[in-house]
Amino acid sequence: MAVAETIDIVDPEIQARNAARKQKLMSAVVPLATAAGLVALWQLGVKGFGVPTYIAPAPSDVAATFVEKFPLLMQNFWPTFIESVAGFAVGNLAAILIAVAFVHSRNVERAFFPIAVFVNTIPILAIAPILVLIFGPGMTAKVVIAALICFFPTLVNMVRGLQSVSPQTLELARILSASKSEVFWKMRLPSSLPFLFSALKISATTSVIGAIVGEWVGADLGLGALIIDATFNFNSPLLYATVLMSSGLSVLMFTLVSLAERRVVRW
Amino acid sequence: MGMMESKATLTGQPIDALPAEIPAAALKAATVRFGTYTAIEELDLQIEAGAFYTILGPSGCGKSTMLRLVSDLIPAAGGDVSIFGKTTEQARLAREFAFVFQDAALLPWRSALKNVELPLEIGRKRNVEIPVGPRSPRELLELVGLKGRENALPHELSGGMRQRVAIARALLCQPKLLLMDEPFGALDEMTRDRLNLQLLDIWRETGTTILFVTHSISEAVFLGQKVIMLRANPGRLREIVDIDLPEPRQMKLRDTPEFNRYCGYLRELLETC
Repeated sequence: MAVAETIDIVDPEIQARNAARKQKLMSAVVPLATAAGLVALWQLGVKGFGVPTYIAPAPSDVAATFVEKFPLLMQNFWPTFIESVAGFAVGNLAAILIAVAFVHSRNVERAFFPIAVFVNTIPILAIAPILVLIFGPGMTAKVVIAALICFFPTLVNMVRGLQSVSPQTLELARILSASKSEVFWKMRLPSSLPFLFSALKISATTSVIGAIVGEWVGADLGLGALIIDATFNFNSPLLYATVLMSSGLSVLMFTLVSLAERRVVRW
Repeated sequence: MGMMESKATLTGQPIDALPAEIPAAALKAATVRFGTYTAIEELDLQIEAGAFYTILGPSGCGKSTMLRLVSDLIPAAGGDVSIFGKTTEQARLAREFAFVFQDAALLPWRSALKNVELPLEIGRKRNVEIPVGPRSPRELLELVGLKGRENALPHELSGGMRQRVAIARALLCQPKLLLMDEPFGALDEMTRDRLNLQLLDIWRETGTTILFVTHSISEAVFLGQKVIMLRANPGRLREIVDIDLPEPRQMKLRDTPEFNRYCGYLRELLETC
């Protein structure tokens, strides 16, 4: 009897809600705690074994440099940001337009797809100096490198996306006597959006890599240039802070694309 | 030009004002080939306007192919197909028929209402004259029992609801001929029964001609005034069976001996196809 009463007191709905809340909290706490633990381990390891700062700086050194050199980091952040965003825009736009041409005409695809594959197989590190030679040490070369690295995944995904319309939907278009442009705007293009956003999420982060690789080859400003500079000066805390800044930029780009995806692709 | 005008007045007319002798669809020695394979051979068929036809036959008999031939989705290799006296292309351009597919073929990014409205958007910028029925898209959704779900996206609807949206979309341009390719084939039996009754109501109310492909004998008998039985390899007409059962058809009809006699007869016929 007493047992039955204590069971009755716990409302199953409240219990379920509490369990769900706990679950949600845990899903945030576990990864954060793990990361914090690893950073702490790093701090202890470096300090405990007396590792010299130029080989591996402690997290506290990196944090101090990050605060101290923040104006310098920001000064180098903006050029890389602009190159990444411009490269992202140019590369993806080109990929989308060429994908449309591919889907429109099989001959265009036959002619240019092997070339696109070939360009994609050239290591970006090999092509970067060539592009810097062509476009000079300014921003243009970095934008082109970032665009190039974005181009191929988006091209492949966009072609697949535009072809993903179901055969019955195309039959429906035929029954309604839809024109080619109506099929494109009302059926093919919206169908391609989930594929396009998958590609955009990839290129959101790779465009930053492209810009930084471009800056390695030759630049006075930018996170890539700062990485090279810090490395050659054995300024490890600054190097780590710059790397942190670079991945911060990638995360920012990725988040923006993800937010846009959630607004656009609701199905 | 004169052609276009007559088309426009024709669509504006109520269906019972049409001359009785013009069949909804007429196939004369119609043949369809896919490469060397003959899917339909010399099929002769007259579809009476306003009637409900169901099409049965063994798999590979060209049931779906026949609907696609009538709806101008595939060309005839020989013979002649006409819809209300016009070529299939003319009828397609005038939206005299509509098609309901086995999978609802809804656009997943559009709400139920927006999906029903799609036929109004196709051709609007090209100034195509789009025939519009007496019911608005909203009213059509109400007709198929989806009032209140206008803004739901297709993935938020059940399979039966999606199919009903597709039917509402098909009815928008007030087609005089409704082609349905196993529209309830993927649904569970209870949903299928309910939609069968709803479809009969819609048929009676709109007076449209329906060609309904199915692989269920009881569905064919329950819905059809006439059952077209096709035979396979190559697709040819086996027999047209008149289903003389009391109208309006009701669920309990399925338990009567007459209903089961028709089912039995068709099952035997199917075995000889």
